[in-house]
Amino acid sequence: MYEFAYHKPASVADAVKLLAADGEAKAVAGGQTLIPTLKQRLARPTALVDLSAVRDLVGITVGGGKVTIGAMTKHVDVASSADVKKALPALAALADGIGDPQVRNRGTIGGSIANNDPAADYPSACLALGATIKTNTREIAADEFFKGMFETALKPGELIVSVSFPVAEKAAYMKFAQPASRYALVGVFVAKGPAGARVAVTGAGPSVFRWKEAEAALGKSWGVAAVENLKASASGLNSDIHAGADYRAHLIGVMTKRAVAAAG
Amino acid sequence: MPKVSMTVNGKNVSAEVEGRTLLVQLLREKLGMTGTHVGCDTSQCGACVVHVDGKSVKSCTMLAVQADGAKITTIEGLATGNDLHPMQAAFKEHHGLQCGFCTPGMVMSAVELAKHNSNPSEHEVREWLEGNICRCTGYHNIVKAVQAGAKAMAAAK
Repeated sequence: MYEFAYHKPASVADAVKLLAADGEAKAVAGGQTLIPTLKQRLARPTALVDLSAVRDLVGITVGGGKVTIGAMTKHVDVASSADVKKALPALAALADGIGDPQVRNRGTIGGSIANNDPAADYPSACLALGATIKTNTREIAADEFFKGMFETALKPGELIVSVSFPVAEKAAYMKFAQPASRYALVGVFVAKGPAGARVAVTGAGPSVFRWKEAEAALGKSWGVAAVENLKASASGLNSDIHAGADYRAHLIGVMTKRAVAAAG
Repeated sequence: MPKVSMTVNGKNVSAEVEGRTLLVQLLREKLGMTGTHVGCDTSQCGACVVHVDGKSVKSCTMLAVQADGAKITTIEGLATGNDLHPMQAAFKEHHGLQCGFCTPGMVMSAVELAKHNSNPSEHEVREWLEGNICRCTGYHNIVKAVQAGAKAMAAAK
């Protein structure tokens, strides 16, 4: 790692000030992606602004048809929350399948979403459930948030404060995990909620995306039969040593069927 | 340089570190506690697992400054004198190791599992050890050891 200064502010306002004062500073949440990136010298921030002491960013509230999760809430706490398990069991199950136990003990929802790894799990839940991402300055709909590979609508120095998920009538996440890394080779989050029938796909493309054909079919008639014969297009999908674009397209269909079956 | 203070295996320690010093570097290089291993150094293998405030973490993927004020337990902190911790004893009894390099991380990870689940199934153990890699491929006995160790920990309560 290159050298950097280290700050540990206690409030969002102080964190924002530190980031505004230094354009080359970077916020660190759980650090499960950023620290390995720094170790490989793929990034050279002048300073790290550690958000772990900002108490306002931690916590889960359920009410008004929504599950709201503070940006610094760890995966383990979402996975084991009795409130989340009751209101949105698919979200708790998703959190329980991220990485490994040690990653879940450190990694946070805000970090995952801000990083927008093409194979991250949380972005699919945001998109399928029609979540709202609240930052220190505004609220952003999930549909407007995920812009491309490792790219989001966040402006420099803008911090995620919380993520609100509307409770869905039915929802499930199914992931075909890459056997070594446990990242999603393809992950599909399906939901029947206030935003209608939604199908969000992660791992398959440069960034999470909605499979509109499947949404239309499920919108007409929710059930495995509706997506039984649908084939996802391989155009623009990722192709690497783990899987070609055609295989990923095939997995989108399989994972969608499994997720719809699991959602009931 | 930032100064950090924490409790390591029940002892208060302070040290001056750089912002970029990893927790595992502090433990091994500054405090001389080499029981915690560095394997892959890329957050995958789990040889470096320690407990931070009771939760298992990869100490190669946490900065020392982030552990300021925390309570750390390493593999050196498990045994009481010459009496092995029940999980360590189970690894010995079931020969849950071949070369032994991954063992400190395996044991620390297993101890956290046993705290939540005193009778884990083979499947649950294998899922839990997702982030611990044994390149001797000795998982079979490791799983047996973790199951026995979890039962022994519950019995010792």
